Amino acid sequence: MKTLISNAHLFDPAQGLDRPGAVAIMDDTLVAVGEVPADFHAERHLDAQGALLLPGLIDLCARLREPGQEYKATLVSETRAAAASGITTVVCPPDTDPAVDSPAHIELITRRAQYGSGVRVKVLGALTAGLDGRQLAEMAALKQAGALGVSQALRPISSPVLLRRAMEYAASHDLTVFLHPLDASLAGSGCVHEGPVGTRMGLPGIPQAAETAALGVILALAEQTGARVHLCRLSTARATAMIARAKDDGLRITADVCAHQLFLTQHDVADFNSLCHVIPPLRTEQDREGLRRALAEGVIDAICSDHQPHEADAKLAPFPSTQPGISALETLLPLSLKLVSEGVLSLAEVITRLTRAPANILRLPLGQLQVGQAADLCLLNPHTAYCPQPENWHSQGLNTPFFGQRFAGVVTYTMVAGQLIHSIDARPI
Amino acid sequence: MDIATPIPAFGPLAPDLQLDAQGRLRHLLTIEGLSRALLMELLDTAASFAGVNEKAVKKVPLLRGKTVLNLFFEASTRTRTTFELAAKRLSADVLNINIGTSSAVKGESLLDTLRNLEAMQVDMFVVRHAESGAAHFIARHVAPHVSVLNAGDGRHAHPTQALLDVFTIRRHKPDFSSLCVAIVGDILHSRVARSQIHALNILGTGEVRVVAPRSLLPASVECLGVRVFEDIRQGLKDADVIITLRLQRERMDSGLLPSEQEFYQHWGLSAERLALAKPDCMVMHPGPVNRGVEIDSCVADGPQSVILEQVTNGIAVRMAVMSLIMGSMAGGEA
Repeated sequence: MKTLISNAHLFDPAQGLDRPGAVAIMDDTLVAVGEVPADFHAERHLDAQGALLLPGLIDLCARLREPGQEYKATLVSETRAAAASGITTVVCPPDTDPAVDSPAHIELITRRAQYGSGVRVKVLGALTAGLDGRQLAEMAALKQAGALGVSQALRPISSPVLLRRAMEYAASHDLTVFLHPLDASLAGSGCVHEGPVGTRMGLPGIPQAAETAALGVILALAEQTGARVHLCRLSTARATAMIARAKDDGLRITADVCAHQLFLTQHDVADFNSLCHVIPPLRTEQDREGLRRALAEGVIDAICSDHQPHEADAKLAPFPSTQPGISALETLLPLSLKLVSEGVLSLAEVITRLTRAPANILRLPLGQLQVGQAADLCLLNPHTAYCPQPENWHSQGLNTPFFGQRFAGVVTYTMVAGQLIHSIDARPI
Repeated sequence: MDIATPIPAFGPLAPDLQLDAQGRLRHLLTIEGLSRALLMELLDTAASFAGVNEKAVKKVPLLRGKTVLNLFFEASTRTRTTFELAAKRLSADVLNINIGTSSAVKGESLLDTLRNLEAMQVDMFVVRHAESGAAHFIARHVAPHVSVLNAGDGRHAHPTQALLDVFTIRRHKPDFSSLCVAIVGDILHSRVARSQIHALNILGTGEVRVVAPRSLLPASVECLGVRVFEDIRQGLKDADVIITLRLQRERMDSGLLPSEQEFYQHWGLSAERLALAKPDCMVMHPGPVNRGVEIDSCVADGPQSVILEQVTNGIAVRMAVMSLIMGSMAGGEA
């Protein structure tokens, strides 16, 4: 099928695009970007009405809760939430129940995803069998089944020597290792940042050293083994400084931050607000500024959602007993755009960190408005007001601290491989 | 393309859960955030109840027809007993439910437990729970006619203990502005210390000190408004009040301290160390006391100790809290 999207404002920093234009799509592929040849006879014509046409967003971490936790969310509900938010590719970490440590699990997720909204569902395989942190998973088989990398998620690894072996083995299979720098013993039973707010509330804290100590070990081993490492969900300014130095030294590392870490701080958990219970914890204003600066400087490569939908009961308990995580797919783009209005990043930088940068980390040929690439697109009205509410929410998880807040930016069309998977009739202002 | 659009900052802070629209006590969850006037009112009310407790017939009818439920998810003898006595002396009906450890509530969430108890038309929950924030959580979810009184939540707060401590101090040394109070021991795990620090600061205490090894001090503790001393000799110098805290045996297992003996040698309150404080210095302890660990027997039982008076005062203070809360709940001029 031939599709024409006309009257758009093409925006793709990777291609240096920031101008009015059109795109032509043949089946699932972009065949023209900018000017469309006169002899292209579209069977379907979408009028963008001047809205921004972006490459579809790529989210490096979204827990879709299948298999095993369908009471929290399903692939169907969460891929619908992703589509409504302009996200065309999501990456699932392996800490499902059971963990993604065999090709069968990847096949299961891939098959279940066919019933979803059409968003591309990619998976990371487990680094260790059952994520138990003691024995390596069959990484080669996982890769063959489609895993884009391997990860230990937030589970601890028994020893630095096992981490070293895992990194070496992953490198032999040319697999990127996705690691959360969080030392389990230093984190202990902590549930908030170790600092004045946690002290006041009497909540056990997670010191900054839990992140920097783990990161120190990972960086040393990355240098030793030559493995390609992606550092997930940074929370401290000190860690970003360590990463900047390591990048200067030529290490093959990349890093991400989740959007809410760029806005919330330890003060948001005051009053025992379990909606702001996240791991790694929300830290200080200085950490938030450090993360924003590192993002602006490119030390942090990508922004992700760290989507963790929960059932209501998961957040209804005394704070330490509540489950950490925010349902975040639908605030990924709104929060990221807020970085532009707050002058932290340019729109081009924000879009790069949501599209091309995560595509590069995953080594996927996606994330650009480029002839020959898959037509994964997002049409955004950047000035339309958006106020998340339970009524307009798509995720099964209602656990967000952002309900009722005002954002700018509404996604009107989302397209994956030429298929329209989300559309709303909202006129640009 | 420029998309800079002004967007308001993130939402407002939640209103104070424990006060009603008129600023009166609705629940008592923490000392933090209470006004000096409210603390003084509580202490004055407690003083009037102290008289009741010395009479032959120790009963007033203020809470007649009300039901108070002692809901203890964590073991307690002293606190639960004094709450029970306080409620009975106010003529309330009292139920004690010891839910004990979490194994007892397996399969039923805290919220379900609450809903069931609420359905029994209870007026006040007195709650002790091992997790910080439990009393806040319960207060946020109880029916509007129920009040919550925090009898200790995790490491967070133990407001009635702090009130009875400042009540005891005030009976002996009424001018807080001239006082130096040293709190000695395991500050890190202590809800009592946190509540005491807030109460003492709200009352304008001249200096509040904490004295402990760094492994028993919470991060940034000075933010609570205290001076930190790691050396007990300096920490006790010229103090008017010394509060020693209980040291639990688990602390040695988790690597925070080498041994009870070493703790006693460096941070225990001995007669010799007490001599560094002012001659009329009061010695306090919230109990239960570990003799020979945080405090020497001769000091705990000595003439400067008010440890048993603290227990007695606990009843009057808890009567004051319950009557003030019930007064605001009745909509009267409490």
